[in-house]
Amino acid sequence: MADKNDKLLKEVGSSDYKYGFYTDIEMDQAPRGLTEDTIRFISAKKNEPEFMLEFRLRAFRHWKTLKEPEWAHVEYPPIDYQDLIYYSAPRKKPKYESLDEVDPELLETFEKLGIPLEEQKMLAGVAVDAVMDSVSVGSTFKETLAEHGIIFCSFSEALQKHPDLIKKYMGTVIPYTDNFFSALNSAVFSDGSFVYIPRGVRCPLELSTYFRINAANTGQFERTLIVAEEGSYVSYMEGCTAPIRDENQLHAAIVEIIAHKDAEVKYSTVQNWWPGDKQGKGGVYNFVSKRGICEGENSRISWTQVETGSAITWKYPSLILKGDNSSGEFYSVAVTNNRQQADTGTKMIHLGKNTRSTIISKGISGGESNNSYRGLVKTSKNAVNSRNFSQCDSLLLGDMCGAHTFPYLDVGNKSSIVEHEATTSKISEDQLFYCLQRGIDMEGAIGLIVNGYAKEVLSKLPMEFAVEAQKLLSISLEGSVG
Amino acid sequence: MKERLIELYNREKDVIRGSSSPLVNRLRQHAFTRFRDKGFPGTNLESWRFTDLTPLLNTEFEINLANRFGNIDTEKLFTCDVYDLDTFSITILNGWFVHKYAPLSKLSDGTIIGSLAKAMEVYPELLDQYIGRAAKPDNYEMAALNTAFFQDGLFIYVPEGVKVNKPIQLINIVDSPNPVFLQPRHILIAGKGSEITLVHCDHSLTHNVSFTNTVMEVFAEEDARVDHYKIQNKGRNSALVTTTFIRQEKNSKVTTNIVTLNGGFTRNTIDNEISDKGCVSDHYGLYLVDSNQHVDNQINIDHASPGSLSNQLYKGILDDKAKAVFSGKVLVRRHSQQTEAHQNNNNILLTDDAKVNTQPHLEIYADDVKCSHGATVGQLDPEAMFYIRSRGLCERSARQLMMIAFASEVVDKIEIEALRKRIHSMVEKRLKGELSICDQCVLHCNSKEPTTFNIDLSKL
Repeated sequence: MADKNDKLLKEVGSSDYKYGFYTDIEMDQAPRGLTEDTIRFISAKKNEPEFMLEFRLRAFRHWKTLKEPEWAHVEYPPIDYQDLIYYSAPRKKPKYESLDEVDPELLETFEKLGIPLEEQKMLAGVAVDAVMDSVSVGSTFKETLAEHGIIFCSFSEALQKHPDLIKKYMGTVIPYTDNFFSALNSAVFSDGSFVYIPRGVRCPLELSTYFRINAANTGQFERTLIVAEEGSYVSYMEGCTAPIRDENQLHAAIVEIIAHKDAEVKYSTVQNWWPGDKQGKGGVYNFVSKRGICEGENSRISWTQVETGSAITWKYPSLILKGDNSSGEFYSVAVTNNRQQADTGTKMIHLGKNTRSTIISKGISGGESNNSYRGLVKTSKNAVNSRNFSQCDSLLLGDMCGAHTFPYLDVGNKSSIVEHEATTSKISEDQLFYCLQRGIDMEGAIGLIVNGYAKEVLSKLPMEFAVEAQKLLSISLEGSVG
Repeated sequence: MKERLIELYNREKDVIRGSSSPLVNRLRQHAFTRFRDKGFPGTNLESWRFTDLTPLLNTEFEINLANRFGNIDTEKLFTCDVYDLDTFSITILNGWFVHKYAPLSKLSDGTIIGSLAKAMEVYPELLDQYIGRAAKPDNYEMAALNTAFFQDGLFIYVPEGVKVNKPIQLINIVDSPNPVFLQPRHILIAGKGSEITLVHCDHSLTHNVSFTNTVMEVFAEEDARVDHYKIQNKGRNSALVTTTFIRQEKNSKVTTNIVTLNGGFTRNTIDNEISDKGCVSDHYGLYLVDSNQHVDNQINIDHASPGSLSNQLYKGILDDKAKAVFSGKVLVRRHSQQTEAHQNNNNILLTDDAKVNTQPHLEIYADDVKCSHGATVGQLDPEAMFYIRSRGLCERSARQLMMIAFASEVVDKIEIEALRKRIHSMVEKRLKGELSICDQCVLHCNSKEPTTFNIDLSKL
């Protein structure tokens, strides 16, 4: 059986990246390198208000004083930040009335990605704001959303139309001083999404954005800001795929979520950037800062993520539970294969009374990959009766991979209960045997067990995403080239 | 402090070296270079993030490079208050081995017990085979400092097949009117198939400031069995940094059990390297701390070979403004298949000012392993409390009963009956708030200074 296992694991390692294609669209690029001029260029190009440029420059000056962090359990050659192009946009920024006017090549890209842009209008009821290399191209259901007073647009559009909101909320959850990559993003971010749900509104649609890195040698620096006013609800989805490239691509995004009193935000993401080839060549560096704040009482934010891609993932979607009785959740499945490296986890910072948080993290590593969970649960002195439960399990699919757990628990008051538990093991021989004797083949059995293992997290995804996520898991693990 | 130590080393090199072998002196020089370059560990280091040495280092410590005690009546100095405990007792006073009869004894079965300084003189070849083989001064700053400066400590050699019938009791006493900085080094070698139990008690006779930086090296050879108990019951102003390096060979079994009852600043590091298959390594710890105490337990287990089992269980109860840090790391190297490693840290906080930082880390590179870790921080289970109270106990008794039960899980692992009973009663007293009173009494029996009591009546 061991031989069969080995064979299967090899197959697992050999499944190819399904979304490795490259769209040839003319680009409008900033010159290579990063100086104050680059930042002025980006800001001018996007016709930004004065305060934005100042913010960018402050961030840039701060960034220059910082050193790249080295504590993560990942290894990569040093990045030359002066050798990157910090801005690229499709040349003609299209403003289409209908989808027929959209560049057909672009539509084809979306077809390959499986985003049914047209069909979604009728069938899925999903408004899609697709970001193609930093500038939003197509938008749907704007009118439906507008009726409810919901703002869902690209970040640059929001800067033009709602500068006050941006000024009020941007950088309040992740200030540019937060870390090396957030400073970099704050200085050079190109575009992103902005969501604003007014008081008492329950967003009728699942909001969704698809990001793609497209041009060679450009880092994509998006910035997402979600503001949910008192008593509102929104579910936001984000998914990523990237084409095959030889040079590593840098991706340093920022996502900020603000939930006011009684508001609820559900943020789901499927990350499938190109992980590099089997020798670990190429692939995307994904250094992302994501943080939400439960500002008001009884507010609630949940992060759900399925991480299957990227050569290197450095990502800790965090939550600050500031409002009393607020709650936060983090559900994650991280799959690494070949030479992928993932250092991912979460931070739950309990500040308010009776705050609650749940962390469920499932790591699956195969090939020669390394998969780490790194998490912090902190309860302050005032966070009385706060409660946390963390569970992070790792599944090892080969003898060359690594699975690591680095939890940090800081508890500062007597009434909090913080629990952490984790297990690391390989697929149980008993379970495999059971499946096999029921007539399921080895491949099917492993798929079944792994899917069952990740079920707890997958079930938290919105319906549309769950299907894609399951497909991704299959591609990564069952060796069935899709 | 760093500059003073560097200057002292350069000036007194010959005194420090004493009769050490050339190999030991090479180790010293290497460790000294390392200390000179890196200095004391700061909170910018991951392993020292929650434990800050800076306030300690501001004290003007005295460093004694000569043994001023020699031959004294150890029984007059300190009498162990565990009455039924039948042990072979050894005393280290202010970092120096003190003795009533001889500094180094060789028993009829070949076991050698005594002063490390003397052993370096008498058995240099034996020592050279072991000393520095387990310690990793490159990875542990405080061990580097100790390696550069150590002069004396305990040396135990148990030859092949010998089962030492009585536990060895090491009593480490600090008694000095001035603040002292001590660097004792202990070496324990358990030969093939041998068995030894070591009870290591840390005491202080006064409440004076002191800083002890101990390094211990334990070698458990094939089929050897080592039980190491450590009872830390120090004064409020003492600082204790202990780094224990354990190296295990095939089928050996090592158990450590650290009970921290009192102590101003305590940091225990265990570095356990499992270099062959079939090893069992169990590490237990219990800390019951109050006032401004700081206790930090760091455990690194390196499964460098397949088919071994390791287990960690640390429990703590924190009162007042006490702070506890636990950092357990299990490293399972590639090819270390069939490893089983478990790790658990449970804490109870009694006040809002107490603080716990716990980091149960796992780093696993092999697939056929069973590893788990867990950590909890919380308070007493309200349902269990309700049950006990429904049986007619008052809240205070119910609470004490539950805390004692919580602590018992660790105490019950002690295999020496007299010691277990004693620790049980000490834990019980400690949890009732009586131990500090009792201790002050014991501590001051031999002291010329007037006794002052600082009794928190609310705890009675």
